[in-house]
Amino acid sequence: MLRGNAMADPADPIHLGTDRGETPTVEHVHPAGGSATVEHLHAAPGETSSAQLDGSGAGASPSVPPVRTIVLDRAPLPATPPDERRAVRPAAAASGPERLRLEDVSIAYGSKPAVKSVSLSIHQGEVLALIGPSGCGKTTLLRTLNRLTELTPSAARAGTIRLDGEDIHDLPDTSLRSRVAMVFQQPNPFPMSIFDNVAFALREQSRRRPGRRELQPLVIDALRRAGLYEEVKDDLGRPALRLSGGQQQRLCIARAIAPRPEVLLMDEPCSALDPISTNTIEQLIGELRRELAVVVVTHNLAQARRIADKVAFMYLGDLVEYGDTEEVFETPRAARTREYVQGAFG
Amino acid sequence: MLARLRKPWPDSRAERMLGAVSCLVAVIVVGMIVFVAVHAWPTFAHNGLSWLGSGESPESSFEKMQATSVHPPASAYHLRAWPLLYGTLLITVAAVAFAFVVSVFASIFIVELAPERLRKVTIPVIRLLASVPSVVYGLLGVLVLVPFVGNHLVTASQKASVANEVELTGAGLLVTVVILTVMIAPIMIALTCEALSAVPSSWREGAIALGLNPLRAILAVTVRAARPAIVAAAVLATARALGEAIMISMVSGSRSFTPNLDHGLLVFLYSPLRTFASAIVDFREGISAPALGSSLYAIALLLLLGAFVLSICGYLIKLPLRRYEVRG
Amino acid sequence: MSTLVPFDFDEQRVMQTGHGRRSSPLSWRWRDRVALVLAWVAGIGLCLIAAAIVGYFAFRGVQYLRPGLIFSRPQISASQAGSGGFLDPLLGTLILTLVGIMLALPLAVTSAVWMSEYARPRWLARTIESCIEIVAGTPDIVIALFGLAVFQLSFMGPFSFEASGGGVYGRSFLAAGAMMSLIALPPIFAATRDGLQAVPAHMREAAFALGKTRITTIRRVLLPSVRSNMATGVTLGVSRIIGDTAIVVLLLASSLRLEPQGSVPGLGLLRGTGATLTTYVFDNSPAGEGAAPQKAYAAAFLLLLFVLALNLTVERIGRHQERATGLSVATGAV
Repeated sequence: MLRGNAMADPADPIHLGTDRGETPTVEHVHPAGGSATVEHLHAAPGETSSAQLDGSGAGASPSVPPVRTIVLDRAPLPATPPDERRAVRPAAAASGPERLRLEDVSIAYGSKPAVKSVSLSIHQGEVLALIGPSGCGKTTLLRTLNRLTELTPSAARAGTIRLDGEDIHDLPDTSLRSRVAMVFQQPNPFPMSIFDNVAFALREQSRRRPGRRELQPLVIDALRRAGLYEEVKDDLGRPALRLSGGQQQRLCIARAIAPRPEVLLMDEPCSALDPISTNTIEQLIGELRRELAVVVVTHNLAQARRIADKVAFMYLGDLVEYGDTEEVFETPRAARTREYVQGAFG
Repeated sequence: MLARLRKPWPDSRAERMLGAVSCLVAVIVVGMIVFVAVHAWPTFAHNGLSWLGSGESPESSFEKMQATSVHPPASAYHLRAWPLLYGTLLITVAAVAFAFVVSVFASIFIVELAPERLRKVTIPVIRLLASVPSVVYGLLGVLVLVPFVGNHLVTASQKASVANEVELTGAGLLVTVVILTVMIAPIMIALTCEALSAVPSSWREGAIALGLNPLRAILAVTVRAARPAIVAAAVLATARALGEAIMISMVSGSRSFTPNLDHGLLVFLYSPLRTFASAIVDFREGISAPALGSSLYAIALLLLLGAFVLSICGYLIKLPLRRYEVRG
Repeated sequence: MSTLVPFDFDEQRVMQTGHGRRSSPLSWRWRDRVALVLAWVAGIGLCLIAAAIVGYFAFRGVQYLRPGLIFSRPQISASQAGSGGFLDPLLGTLILTLVGIMLALPLAVTSAVWMSEYARPRWLARTIESCIEIVAGTPDIVIALFGLAVFQLSFMGPFSFEASGGGVYGRSFLAAGAMMSLIALPPIFAATRDGLQAVPAHMREAAFALGKTRITTIRRVLLPSVRSNMATGVTLGVSRIIGDTAIVVLLLASSLRLEPQGSVPGLGLLRGTGATLTTYVFDNSPAGEGAAPQKAYAAAFLLLLFVLALNLTVERIGRHQERATGLSVATGAV
């Protein structure tokens, strides 16, 4: 399959020996001679010396190492047809009650506007993806939803944000943040055991001091919902910082959803993770949205397409377009949106 | 041969030379322990472990030793240093306990609660206070605090109640502990502030995002993460308190008395005392008398041992605290 | 608080800075409220005490410190007016600092270089590092007693003052200076070693790639680049030497004036004895002879000024270094 792609564009300089009129073999990393190094050239058959790298062989073109196949790609996989691809996302739950409503929200740092006049509605049962190029204000908007922007002294705001009808600036900040939880880009589990991490918010938010026996079922339930329980159930007392990156991020998700918040905010949750962990967390987001409203900021358009029900495209602080995923990606109304989703800039 | 020295040295020779010079430090340290131990041996040989017991007051023992000749009889080495041990432990434990509590909370104040301008002024002042010489603190104590306590706080009846044992001049436990606390607190505060600022802010942000108020976030996450560094700061401060001689010699009243609660709490606080380190300073003139000299070296050996035990304790305390940290 | 923020198309919006409603401490748990109160009390108390100490010494110092005191020599006299100034103790401090630093600097830098560049075998490196930590943690009177023990050995006669009645007295500027070098050793070592470890690997690699030997790299490339760290360490060491009283009290015979021993000018001074600012303060307080508290205040204020100047120097070096190279200097603890 790789070969087919290489042949498709003759202007592509990364080309395997076709100017020497030979068929490069790409599936096989062991040419005659036994050397398995990538730098080993495909010279004329029978030539085994790897000292020909400088292309001093007769009529050799600039030497290009052959493409390696990796283990996962060895057996050709049937391509997922487009309609199947969409089915990877669990069937959209019916949109639930409205959780967050943004009315004409603007945020500025000092005298520089970061978010200009955004109005949105976020419902339970939906995943809203905030997409846009770097610096467009999507992270600022996300952090305003749980008033984390107040940690920056120069942040100024206008407009109203309502959680279940109440203005969030009239709620005590601690109560707001126990109802609107956040997961960060870099996994940040505390330097404690796994159990203590997940129980952290539960312990702090209750008036008295719950005992370990009381907390245990809640912790296990949160770990199950985050899809981490099976991997750590043998020892919940292990230090959380020993887990792998993907496990740490799932632990952070478990920690965030343990106190049963209403809204989950995720700031590029998979950007620091490998593809397998990314896939696990995307599946998780699909399941979590049944009981929560989920807002995900992502710069990965394909990811937004995979996981989101609604998409909001922001550009330089403005909310350019907002709608269902398929509409925004397939039939965007604004020209700027069309350029962005087609990759003209980013 | 000079030419050979002037050419650039090969690395192996350079390494050996540098290593040899560095070993000088080890030689000095070993020499220090050996010298002190050798000079201290006669006292321990005669007294054994009862050296730390109670009996004749150290003052009279020292005075007798000062009068001895160059080759004193074995009985001249008699010493019972329990009052000195008691005084040392009393003020060290009290000062470190108070300073620890004050330092942790003051550091939390500086790092989290203080307005920006106050913070900018406080941190250099703390560093300045940490490097003030101990004799200056002693001067402050002996010229300001001791007269204040002696003239205004100690009542005549209190003086009369212990007149047959000691004289309450104001120089004593209270002033010593107060000044010692003020002396060791700035070091602890400076180190603790550094430790709190070095904790990654992502943890604090995560705690706030989970709905904790800022003070709770600091206590539950930042202070907890900085525990090993705080323990190290406390060990450093304790070592400094143990070894403090000049300031204590100036304000402690310099009498080997064991303060007790027989006559009430206030008399206990005003009682004079003497510590190991201040004893060395007080009796330094008589060091040429072998018996006295040996006793002073014995005290020094004990102080060395104390410093060593302290650093081991610090290491052991930090061990379980590091369990949950990042590895490698 | 509101600000006017310019938006697109000449539109302006009135925006609010500051916090929304914060959870009030009255709703916090009991122990959080106690902690809040304690933190405020500790913080404000600390500021007040610091201000009181600094203010009081400034007040007394300005009251009693006269330029005449700095430049006149002390005299034996019954009254304060006639007992002169503290030029000799000041010179004594200077001499002691010079001797201490001159002995400590080569040893500390050599050890730091060896520790960060070579450090083989591993057990030796760990031993030496522990030894330096032991020196750093030893109380100064123990070091003073050690110095006394060493310099009272019979073969150390030439290094110390001669007392009447024979026997090696064991006290001199040399003896005190040698022990001061032990006091100054740990800060210089730590600062230099941290500076060397912070030098990025590519500087060394560039030098090796040019064919330099390791020792030449150290001399020509690395040591110059950690000059600021060494300066910081030396300043910290000087600060410790100036403030140290116990060693001086034991190892200098606390005569008021400088008393050189023997006829050789420089060596005689070093072999002789005298006083330093710290012993001057100690002797003039009620703990010593106690005759002149005002002189004691003046000398103490001068000491404080020195310490302040040294602290400011350390901070300036640190800021200069950060601006020049982007590497920060570990200013370390005391």
